[in-house]
Amino acid sequence: MVSGHYDRAPAGRHGLDARPLITTKILIAGGFGAGKTTMVGSISEIRPLHTEEPMTDRSVGVDDVSGVGAKSTTTVAMDFGRITLSDQLLLYLFGTPGQERFWFMWDELAAGAIGAVVIADTRRLKGSFPAIDYFERRGVPFVVAVNCFGGERTHRPEDIAIALDLDPGVPVVLCDVRRRESSKKVLVALMEHVLSWPDAEEVTDGDRNPDHREPAT
Amino acid sequence: MAPSAERWLDRDAGPVVRPYAMTRGRTRPDGAGFELIAVVAATGVPPGDRLRYSPDHARVLRGCAQPVPVVDLAADLGLPIGVVRVLLGDLRDEGLIAVIADQRSAAGRRPPNGVLREVLNGLRAL
Repeated sequence: MVSGHYDRAPAGRHGLDARPLITTKILIAGGFGAGKTTMVGSISEIRPLHTEEPMTDRSVGVDDVSGVGAKSTTTVAMDFGRITLSDQLLLYLFGTPGQERFWFMWDELAAGAIGAVVIADTRRLKGSFPAIDYFERRGVPFVVAVNCFGGERTHRPEDIAIALDLDPGVPVVLCDVRRRESSKKVLVALMEHVLSWPDAEEVTDGDRNPDHREPAT
Repeated sequence: MAPSAERWLDRDAGPVVRPYAMTRGRTRPDGAGFELIAVVAATGVPPGDRLRYSPDHARVLRGCAQPVPVVDLAADLGLPIGVVRVLLGDLRDEGLIAVIADQRSAAGRRPPNGVLREVLNGLRAL
């Protein structure tokens, strides 16, 4: 039954003989209220994902971006969306849990991920520091998506990069994550960045198992 | 007073049974874990009467008739991801399901560049 190459299986065949699915994932991180839920919802098919942690709200896809002051709920566990890129290629977006008690979930989410998007809110840049620190430590490639609420574009990407103390080469993209095209542009920027990442070939072809993990602090 | 039509009998009411009651208290599958985006599928081995103790196992097995990522299975069945993993572990022990692709992510590796380029092209074409 095991063959080197699976092809399109005739209807009615059992699961193991069917054509393979390729699944990939990208993490969407950022501070409280930065727009994680909104981005997952604007670009992907949101799916309900229950975790063991209680979900105290059902605000999927309706994250309030008009102002943090008006935001009364936050996503407790994780946002989860799917983009069907072809019959066989699926891209999953996972919003990283925002609260400290969910940090243990990040390692699992990050393992094998293509990379990450860190959504930054210019009113509170500090909120994106934990995510940036985490991805830098783990060697996960990421882009910073500066969410320009209501079309505010008062900041230059270069200034944001300095304010966030980003390593040279980390892309900073101005965006409005409520808009699908804008979210798509962010993901495209991430993919281009990942493909230019010097470790990519090595990680792909090498036998070593890079482990950048450090004890959680 | 709430009309009788509003009795909490649907999914919004939350699980009637505590999630881990379905797994007899286990929070992790026996053996290797299931990555969130691992693809699982039924092996086609007839279950016989081995699953008689749990309709939830039968539901999970039915959900695996076609290859399905673990996260989608959990979403489709409306079960917590942890519960689905334990039930999948039981089914794997019985030889009824198998992981058919996990994209090497169990080793913490990024997908191969060929796949990355396909993702990039797919996103551009959206």
